[in-house]
Amino acid sequence: MAKTSDLDVAYVARLARLNLTDAETELFQKQLGDVLKYAEKLTEVDVSHVEPAAHALPIFNVFREDTPRDWFTAEQALSNAPRQANGLFIVTKVVE
Amino acid sequence: MTGTDLPALNIADLQSLLRRREVSAGEVIDALRARIEDVDGKIGAYLSLNFEAAAKEAEVANVDLPLGGVPIAIKDIISIAGEPCTCASKILHGYRAPYDATVIQKLRAAGAIPFGKTNMDEFAMGSSTENSAMKLTRNPWDLSRVPGGSSGGSAAAVAADEAFGTLGTETGGSIRQPAALSGVVGLKPTYGRVSRFGVVAFASSLDQVGPLTKTVRDSALIMNAIAGHDRQETTSLDDPVPDYTARLGKDLSGVRLGLPKEYVIEGTDPQVKAAINAAVKHMNSLGAEIVDVSLPHTDYAVAVYYILATAEASANLARFDGVRYGYRAANPKDLLDHYGRTRDEGFGLEVKRRIILGTYVLSSGYYDAYYLRAQKVRELIRQDFAKAFEKVEALISPTSPVPAFKFGERTADPLQMYLADIFTSPANLAGICGISVPCGFADVDGQRLPIGLQLLGKALDEARILQIAHAYEQTTDWHKARPPIAAIRQNV
Repeated sequence: MAKTSDLDVAYVARLARLNLTDAETELFQKQLGDVLKYAEKLTEVDVSHVEPAAHALPIFNVFREDTPRDWFTAEQALSNAPRQANGLFIVTKVVE
Repeated sequence: MTGTDLPALNIADLQSLLRRREVSAGEVIDALRARIEDVDGKIGAYLSLNFEAAAKEAEVANVDLPLGGVPIAIKDIISIAGEPCTCASKILHGYRAPYDATVIQKLRAAGAIPFGKTNMDEFAMGSSTENSAMKLTRNPWDLSRVPGGSSGGSAAAVAADEAFGTLGTETGGSIRQPAALSGVVGLKPTYGRVSRFGVVAFASSLDQVGPLTKTVRDSALIMNAIAGHDRQETTSLDDPVPDYTARLGKDLSGVRLGLPKEYVIEGTDPQVKAAINAAVKHMNSLGAEIVDVSLPHTDYAVAVYYILATAEASANLARFDGVRYGYRAANPKDLLDHYGRTRDEGFGLEVKRRIILGTYVLSSGYYDAYYLRAQKVRELIRQDFAKAFEKVEALISPTSPVPAFKFGERTADPLQMYLADIFTSPANLAGICGISVPCGFADVDGQRLPIGLQLLGKALDEARILQIAHAYEQTTDWHKARPPIAAIRQNV
């Protein structure tokens, strides 16, 4: 298992698209360091012959007919948008 | 029966009055509204209420339906069309759900009336409801203490007679633990038994919806309405739904109850231990055979849980980007600033902490060490339960190692808060069902604080743990005890 000192909260925050404050970064560095140190106990377990469990159900692929149904109108889909105009979501500029 | 007494009733007794036409569904709504106006200023169980809509539904209620005319409160993570669904987060401030969750459709089909949304830890992340961005919810037994969490509003509403029954959700104990700390019944169904369609996702391989009620029978009644297959959800189980009340009243002869030796842990309150020991003796006197069992990987459950739950949460919460709904930071200078500030300003501390942990354990170079290893230990935990259930029908333990704690007592150290999930989170990892029922009181600083007894059953064996819990409940008086706030009765 990786060393807990490998956790770089500022770097992970960028991956997670979270602009943490310096105080939050410092706090999480300490607290999550403790949590990861606690999680080191998992290295005690022999898992060499164990298949990982993604969840606890014997369900794998679920298929159904691809048939159209009534669903949201565009108006309903836009009803919670922070900004909208002309039936579209207005987003922050992406391209120059 | 006057209007002021109505909110103290359980669902089954309320239904008897409704069906004998001794009260109308409209009178029930009025009485509940008055009760909430009287006490919710002290408790803080609700985030939003819609009595206008509820009164209209009451006018046309068919009281002969399975839950006809029964008002049910809903944790604010479950969508009700046209109503707020905040998840107690600033990032969903102002959002209104565009459709009913499947469980709401099913409740309506059974005649129930959803009327209000209950407080919770933000995005169901927490064990005390202190992580709500909206308000504190107080424990009806001692207003200086937490109601448990994350379904703390749902538990407190039932305990304070502000609801006949509620829906909560669980990822690692968020129904059972607040039920225990608030002195009510809480059932976590088998993973896949109740649809999550329309329920905001926290950790998709663990989340389940379930009832919180005053009695075991009431939980069975709600399960009858909400359980079943949903074609809208790929993890929904297509197994037949039994009548969950069918086994209630059957005795415990021939029932084997397992005592997991690993669930005797340091840090369990001595009064909790004593109450559980007394409950085990009582079960034995009712005819249950008590069997020692072992769940060898118990000690790893909390670590596995926090790696998997945070990993899944970090992916699920990526959808909160300030584009299609919810909060958006003002005047972003570019797209990264838009995402980064929207999410930093919109999410609370615990949610951000878990997103960071989850992102880290999934990140390149650490995935195998944390996430994959945790999934493998999860499989060992699942196998522990499978082996135990070869010997017994159900397992018995405390729900929480401690009774309700004071506000602020555990917020400084997240790891200590996480460790309180030791008795509940293994069931979520294994996908099995569990229930918490009141089993006594701890005397702490002159206050009586409820203690919860947990029964765990194998997958899809809800009817069995309901039977055992009901046999215990009906031969003890714990569920009849009411918190001090129940004495507040003003005129309707």
